[in-house]
Amino acid sequence: MSASTLILLVLGLGLAGWLVARSRAAMFRRASENRRIASLPVYHAWYAALWIVVPTLLFALLWSGISEQLVMQQVLASPAAADLPEFGMQRESMLAEARAVATGAAPGVFNAEAAALVEPFEQALTRYNIIGLVVTLLIALAGGAWAFLRLKPDFRAHTRVERTVLTTLLIASLVAVLTTLGIVASLVFETIRFFGMVSPIDFLLGTHWSPNPMTDGSNPDPDRYGAVPLFWGTFFIGVVIAMLVAIPLGMMSAIYLNQYAAPRVRTWLKPTLEILAGVPTVVYGYFAALTIAPAIRDIALSLGVANPSSESALAAGLVMGVMIIPFVSSMADDSIAAVPQAMKDGSLAMGATQNETIKRVLVPAALPGIVAGIMLAISRAIGETMIVVMAASATARLSANPLEAMTTVTYQIVANLTGEASMDSASTLAAFALGFVLFLVTLMLNIIALRIVKRFREVYE
Amino acid sequence: MSDAAANIRPTRTPAFEARLKKRYAAERRFKAIGLSAILFSVAVLVFLLVTMAMNGIGGFQRTELRVPVDFSATPLTLTADVQDERDVVQSLERQGLRDIIDVNASAALGEEGAAQVNSEAWRIVAQQIAADPSLARGEQVFWLPTSEGLATAYAGDGSADLQPLARQLADEGALADNLDLGFLERSDATDPQLAGIWGALKGSILTMIVTLALAFPIGVLAALYLEEYAPKNRWTDLLEVSINNLAAVPSIIFGLLGLAVFLWIFPSYRSAPLIGGMTLALMTMPVIVIAGRNAIKAVPPSIRDGALAVGASPVQVVFHHVLPLALPGILTGTIIGMARALGETAPLLLIGMRAFVSSPPQGFTDNATVLPMQIFLWSDEIDRGFVERTSAAIIVLLVFLLLMNGLAIYLRNRFEKKW
Repeated sequence: MSASTLILLVLGLGLAGWLVARSRAAMFRRASENRRIASLPVYHAWYAALWIVVPTLLFALLWSGISEQLVMQQVLASPAAADLPEFGMQRESMLAEARAVATGAAPGVFNAEAAALVEPFEQALTRYNIIGLVVTLLIALAGGAWAFLRLKPDFRAHTRVERTVLTTLLIASLVAVLTTLGIVASLVFETIRFFGMVSPIDFLLGTHWSPNPMTDGSNPDPDRYGAVPLFWGTFFIGVVIAMLVAIPLGMMSAIYLNQYAAPRVRTWLKPTLEILAGVPTVVYGYFAALTIAPAIRDIALSLGVANPSSESALAAGLVMGVMIIPFVSSMADDSIAAVPQAMKDGSLAMGATQNETIKRVLVPAALPGIVAGIMLAISRAIGETMIVVMAASATARLSANPLEAMTTVTYQIVANLTGEASMDSASTLAAFALGFVLFLVTLMLNIIALRIVKRFREVYE
Repeated sequence: MSDAAANIRPTRTPAFEARLKKRYAAERRFKAIGLSAILFSVAVLVFLLVTMAMNGIGGFQRTELRVPVDFSATPLTLTADVQDERDVVQSLERQGLRDIIDVNASAALGEEGAAQVNSEAWRIVAQQIAADPSLARGEQVFWLPTSEGLATAYAGDGSADLQPLARQLADEGALADNLDLGFLERSDATDPQLAGIWGALKGSILTMIVTLALAFPIGVLAALYLEEYAPKNRWTDLLEVSINNLAAVPSIIFGLLGLAVFLWIFPSYRSAPLIGGMTLALMTMPVIVIAGRNAIKAVPPSIRDGALAVGASPVQVVFHHVLPLALPGILTGTIIGMARALGETAPLLLIGMRAFVSSPPQGFTDNATVLPMQIFLWSDEIDRGFVERTSAAIIVLLVFLLLMNGLAIYLRNRFEKKW
C-alpha cells in the first residue's frame, strides 16, 4: 500500500461524501416550503468532504512517520535480525537493502545476509499496512457520519466551511514563520553542540582551518577550527572582488538604461541583462572553472607571476561579480526611477548637463535605495555556493593576493557535509556553525536593506 | 538704461566656451561609459553562451566506428514470444552476439581497430535488433561507439599511440562523429561515450512536481491571507518580515534545513526527489508569496466592493473574483520561482542528491539526481568526453529555463490586465 494509493483512496472517499451530502442537502431544499435552506447544497457537500478528508490525511501523515519505526521495531525483534552487525554503515545498508526488496523497489538482494531479513520485513510491512488502512477507513467513516448527521435544513454549513478556509489560509502563511524557526532551530542546535567541543572564541578568532573529518566528536583539536581565513576568503571574493565588478558595471548600466537609453533599446537591453541573473549558478561555476580560471592563470604567467593558482580567488570573484550585476542594476534602476521628476527638472533647468544632474542630484537622492541594493547583492554574493565550490579552492589562506587560492564559508559547508564524516563529528557540526554565521550575517544585511528601502519609499511617496 | 546694458557682460566668453566644451565632452564620456557597461554585460553573456554552445555541440555527438556485420554466417534466432527488450538482449548475449560483433569488427577494422570498439557496443546492437528484428538477417552496417580513448584521439588529444590509428580509420571513412540523440534518452554512466541526460532530467521533473505541488498552494494561500485578511498588527509584521527575509536567505541554508529536519524525519529517503522537492519548495514559496501579493494588490478594490455589494461573503469575494483575476500574475511569479528552483544545486548537494544514478528514477522516493547536479558531477570528471557532455547538459538546462521564462513572459503579456 503506497502513500499515493492511500491518498487517492482518501480523496475518493471525500468525493463520495461530497456527492452524498450534496444530494441530501438538495433533498432538504426540495422538501422545504420556499425552496430555501440556510446554506447552499454545495457548502453542505464541502462540509462533509472536509470532515472526511482532513482527519484522515492528518492520520495518514502521522502514520507514515510512525509506521516506519514500528516496522523497523518488529523486524529488529525478529530472530533473523539477531545476526546483524551491531552498529555502523553495514547494518544500515543491510536493513535498507532488505527493505527495498520487501517493498519491491529492488529486484533482489546483493548481500546474502540481508536475504534473511526480507521475510520479516514483508510480514511487518503487510501487518502495519493493514492496520493503517483499517484505521484510515474507520476515521473516514466516523468523520463522514459525524458530518452527515449534522446536515439539517437550517444548518449553516456555509460559515463552517468558510471558517475552515480562513484557518487554512492562516496555516499556509504560518509555514513561512515555521521555516524561519526551523532554520534557526536546526542551526542553533547543532552550533551549540559544536561549541561544546570547540570554544566560540577559537572558532571566531582562530586563524588555522583544517578540520579532520576522520576524528570522532569526542576530542577534536580546537586549533583546527579557526574560521578567520574562511571569513576573509568570503569577504575578499564576495565583497571585494565581486563588488569591484558589480557596483561600477551595475550602476552605470542602471544609469544608462534609466536616463539615456531610448525606450525601444531599453525594452530589449533590460531583459537581456536580467538573463544574466537567470543563468543557474552551476553554469557560472563551470564557466569560471573551465574558462576564466585557466585564462587568468595564463595571463598571470605571461605577466611573470610565479606560480599563480589555477583556483584563484580572482576567477571566482569576477564571475560572481558578473552574476551580481543585474541585482545591483535593477535595484539602482528602481531607486533612480523613484526620484521625483521635479528634482531632475530643477537641476536641468539650472543648466546642468545630464551627467551632472545624474551625479549631483539623482544618485545622491537615490543613494539609500542604491546602498540597500548593494547590501542585498553582498548578501547574495557571500551566500553564493556553486561558483566557489567549482572555482575556488579548499585551502584556507589569509592573503590579499587575488591570484592565490582561497576558500569561503559556503565552500567549507559543502566540503564538510558531503564528505565521509558522520553526523556527530566536529567537522560536520562545524559546517552548521558556519551556516549559522552565514545566516546571521545575511539576515542582518537583508533586514537593514529592507528597512532602508521601506523608509526611502516613504520619503518620496 | 545704458548703465544696465553696460553691466551685462557677454556670456559666451572663450573661457565659458572652453568649459562648456569640457562639460559636453564629459557628458559624452559618461554616456559612453554607461553604454559600454551594458555592452560588457551583454558580451559576457554572449561569450558564455557561445562557449557553452561550441563545447556543447560536441556533447550531442559521439565518435563512432563503422562496423559492417554479416549475420548470414551466424544466424541469430529471435523467439517471437519474447517481447521484453531486456529478455531479447539477454537471449542475444547467450547466442554470442558479442563475439559476432568482435569478429566482424576485426575483419573490417583490423585487430587494433576492433579493440577500440566500445565494450558496451554489442548491447546497442542488441537493443536495435530488439526494436527491429529484421536487422538480424543478412549484412548490416552499424555505427558503434568507440572507446573513450579513441574518441579523445580522434579529437586530437590524448594518448599519442591512438592518434595514428584514429587518423587512419577516419581516412578509411570508418570513424566519424555522428549525431547522438541517445544522449537525451540514456542515464548517467562512467563512460562519457555512453552517458546520457534522461535520468537527471527525469529526476528534475519529479523534483519540480513535488516543489510545485507544495509551494504553489501554500504560496498562493499565504499571499491571499496576507493581502486580503491579515489584520494589521505585530504578528502580521512578523509574518511579512519572515517571508521577505526567506526570499533573500542563501539557498545553501535551505540545504542545511533539509539535512537537519527532513532527513532526520525521513532518513531512508536520502537523495529522493521527494526530499529535494520539499527543500526546494521552502525556497520557492516566498518567491510565489511575494509575486502573488503584488498580483493580488493589482486587482482594483472596485471588484471587491462590487462583489460584496451583491451579497458575496469575504471568502466568496476572494475565491470567485479576486483570485481568478490575479491568477496570471501569480502564475508568472510561480514559473519564475520554479525556473530558479530548477537551476538550483547547492541545497540539493547538502541533502545528498548526488548519487550516481544509472537508470532513471521510477518514483518520488527512488534515488535520483537532477540536471544541475548532473552538470556539477560531470564537471568534476577529467575525461575530455565529459567536458563536452557537461556543456551539452548545460544547453539542455538553459533551453528548459528559456522555455519557462518565455512562458512566463507570454502569460504576462497575454493575460495580465492593466486596470
